[in-house]
Amino acid sequence: MTKTSIQLKLNGMQRRVDVEPNDVLIDVLRDKLGVKSPKVGCDRGDCGTCTVFLNGRTVRSCLVLAIEADGCEIVTLEGISKDGPTKLQKSFVDHSSFQCGFCAPGMVLAATELLQNNPHPQREEIQEAIAGNLCRCTGYSPIIEAIEDACKK
Amino acid sequence: MPIATDFEYHKPKDLPEAVSLLARYQGRAQLLAGGTDLIVWLKEGMKAPQALIDVKGVPELWHLDVKDDSLAIGARVTFTELIESDLVKSRFPVLWEASRTVASCGVRNRATLAGNLCSAVPSLDGAPALLVHEACVRTRGPVEEREIPMSEWFTGPKRTALLPDELVTAVELPLPKKKTAGCYVKLGRYRGEDLAQVGLAVLAEEGNVWKLAFCAVGPIAQRAEKIEALLNGKRLSEALIAKAKALVAQSISPITDIRASSEYRLHMAQVMLERGLKTAAARLAGKGPAYGASIL
Repeated sequence: MTKTSIQLKLNGMQRRVDVEPNDVLIDVLRDKLGVKSPKVGCDRGDCGTCTVFLNGRTVRSCLVLAIEADGCEIVTLEGISKDGPTKLQKSFVDHSSFQCGFCAPGMVLAATELLQNNPHPQREEIQEAIAGNLCRCTGYSPIIEAIEDACKK
Repeated sequence: MPIATDFEYHKPKDLPEAVSLLARYQGRAQLLAGGTDLIVWLKEGMKAPQALIDVKGVPELWHLDVKDDSLAIGARVTFTELIESDLVKSRFPVLWEASRTVASCGVRNRATLAGNLCSAVPSLDGAPALLVHEACVRTRGPVEEREIPMSEWFTGPKRTALLPDELVTAVELPLPKKKTAGCYVKLGRYRGEDLAQVGLAVLAEEGNVWKLAFCAVGPIAQRAEKIEALLNGKRLSEALIAKAKALVAQSISPITDIRASSEYRLHMAQVMLERGLKTAAARLAGKGPAYGASIL
């Protein structure tokens, strides 16, 4: 298949990369553009580990073709913590919210989107916002508490 | 998992270009909007199109507005956009409530209502609210525009009345003429990213008029007309609800699959009918839980 050159703004930098129409965004981000925070978990949109911001909204990068992202802005965990951990990330650390850490990048981005739209969410709203991000270690309580705590500071 | 199929990718700039691309591929192209179903199907080899036609660049599909006494939802409108629309929340709160149960935030940011209808899986959360509001699907093909009532849209699991050279341009919901209230009740194994085991939309209209539609308990989502006929014109009472519950088994045909047994689905459909009717009646009377609150 013919390669197409696409351009995107990735974590603030203009990047250009050759892709085939059937290349999936998560694979291009990890393997061609060297951004390793989004993870391949279920690879079918169920687990949320591949979450990235696409034009300001979180999406499942395993369900987006790279070619669809031509001309778009993508922000990953590397992008939001360029100047050090955010208040939210520090709160995750304070609450020991992660064990294996595999869900962490997606979880942090899901919570970041929530707080952008809704700076003081109710507990139910936090649960809804991270409902599509699976964590198999913590039982979610320390994650929810970290997000609640970050809103108070 | 890489996608094994090779395909061409097209991103038409307007509706005529999209329609002519569809015609050119004669059924061998696949339309792409949010892609939250399609990309999974491509990965699993369930679809192997020659081309994808990405309709996200077609401005004729972006609208979300009221015209001619209907709410028109362009095919490009995502579930997140529906949830964030004051118009949808105030005029069609059952659709708003149903939209909030679709998968997860990250999926809703991408998935479209029209795409949900075109995927036409039996568990689709988008359908029951559209069925009770007697919505229609507007399509465009090479020669004509069609308006297909929701009641005629689904022709089988993953099958619709859409022809291979047509695309959906919008979903239109007539504005209710009378005061209405309702609910969408969804049973899943957990919150977030699970398909419905049973889904039920209830719409109560002033004057004891009821509209009910189930999903995930039959090959297609459809209205429960026998139960509606029993309820219409009568005041809701415990005795009437008991009679309505007894009709559920004749109104749905649930199967046993990985998510639930048919017996469990039937039992829960009865429980959900009772709570759905009571919630809709309470909301119509200005009481009841706020839209979005779980009643299961």
